[in-house]
Amino acid sequence: MIESLINYERAELAQAVKKAAPVVLSTRIRLARNLVGQPFPERADVLQRRDVLTRCADQLSALPQMNKGSFFDIADLSVLEKQVLVERHLISRELCDGEAGTGVYINKGQTCSVMINEEDHLRIQFLKAGFNLKSVWKLIDTFDSELEKTIDMAFSEDFGYLTACPTNLGTGLRASVMMHLPGLVISGQMERVIRAVRQLGITVRGLFGEGSDASGHIFQISNQQTLGESESDILESLANVLKTVIDHELNARFKYLEENRAKLLDQIGRAFGVLKNTHVIASDEALNLLSFIRLAVDFGMLPEANRADVDRLVIESQPGHVQFAAQEGIAPEARDIARADKLRQEFLNLPALAFDKLEEQE
Amino acid sequence: MAKNLKCSICDQEATVHLTQIVNNKIHKVDLCESCAQKKGVTDPEGFSLADLMSKTPLAPVLGEAKLVCQSCGQESADFRRTGRLGCSVCYQVFRSLVFPALEEMHAGTVHKGKVPTVGLSRQSSQIQLKNLLDSLARAVAEEAFEDAAKFRDQIKVIKEAEELEVSPK
Repeated sequence: MIESLINYERAELAQAVKKAAPVVLSTRIRLARNLVGQPFPERADVLQRRDVLTRCADQLSALPQMNKGSFFDIADLSVLEKQVLVERHLISRELCDGEAGTGVYINKGQTCSVMINEEDHLRIQFLKAGFNLKSVWKLIDTFDSELEKTIDMAFSEDFGYLTACPTNLGTGLRASVMMHLPGLVISGQMERVIRAVRQLGITVRGLFGEGSDASGHIFQISNQQTLGESESDILESLANVLKTVIDHELNARFKYLEENRAKLLDQIGRAFGVLKNTHVIASDEALNLLSFIRLAVDFGMLPEANRADVDRLVIESQPGHVQFAAQEGIAPEARDIARADKLRQEFLNLPALAFDKLEEQE
Repeated sequence: MAKNLKCSICDQEATVHLTQIVNNKIHKVDLCESCAQKKGVTDPEGFSLADLMSKTPLAPVLGEAKLVCQSCGQESADFRRTGRLGCSVCYQVFRSLVFPALEEMHAGTVHKGKVPTVGLSRQSSQIQLKNLLDSLARAVAEEAFEDAAKFRDQIKVIKEAEELEVSPK
């Protein structure tokens, strides 16, 4: 069912050719919204859930942003298709386990997805490659205002937008920025950074959210609090923290390079060698090695354009994507072989690492 | 101390009894040995009852009455168990339970963000419209035709305004 979506060659995260930036992979903002006069999804019965699903899907299909978008009833998707959508951050794990009357609307460019009957009636998400809090907010704010014209949202003057869980109350806004932080991890500073930002009401999680580990040195950093501050204040304080994290990351990289030059270049060189010659590779290892290739691009050792290729490979190396590309059920060992084949092929097209370019940069 | 108090998290016999003052209110919690350990109660340095309450909105407040939401049927026990509310009306019904948790988890307790102005004005005009239709029916039934004409004109104004909104061109 999801073929045309997944194979679409201009999907934001999988193919964002020119927009890939150092350190920040992508920016996502989600808004939690509920309909007036309907119990929240967990409390609703199947009929009520179906009613909300149909009403929302109808209104969403009328929005210009959803032109040529696709709607999926979760019940119609296979386990593998759901996994692929999770790996693209288009749906949540919670939505996959949703009862009858659960669905998602995804626009063609995969910059926007609206989950229906997840924890809340509506979970609107907009996403862009790079560090783009302001422009993503603009997009989602416009979309939300457009939707409000036809759907009555549950709102109270003192508590703001009403959500199933009080942790999302008020603005219902969660902004999440995906960051590549190898410098902080390698130099052993990540723990300290996590503790420091937590004090500011900001959470740090792994690539796939709650409970996931930080494979590939990739972290999701997001605001925790949603009530008592305006959207722009929330986004501004998050942006300020992120700017500090970026500075720390860049400093950590250059300091590490200064003090452990041979060791770091060796790690990058070995990562390149393994990816170019591997025949069996698990996704965790692939992710960790790709992290060093992204770092090599940032250091100028590979052309800038290859950064987006690395980001695409991070997604395409996920178990669901490898299996989906194979178009048949394959065992984990065969998956590791298919992943290796894919990476080897891609690395054939890359130029050799230009270690001398690093010196030019310094 | 009354004997055989139950743990407020798992219903086992409670052996740890705590009292702490949070935001000028007295909170009491009874826990069994293993839940107390899990929540870090036994570590006096790191433990704060407020912290425990914000993570698990289950801790009951002394002498609290059982609340039920008439709109969706959710009870205070459901909120304690899941930490979630059943519908938008629940926020009024369980306000006394939700509010202290909000102080712990957010920057403030009053919304300062976006307001769905278009949606709200439509909702309020819908309510006005419904009230006017009721009044019109009553006036007609009572043969108060002058009143009825007045209500009919007001209804017309709201309906016209709505049409303008739906088709701005």
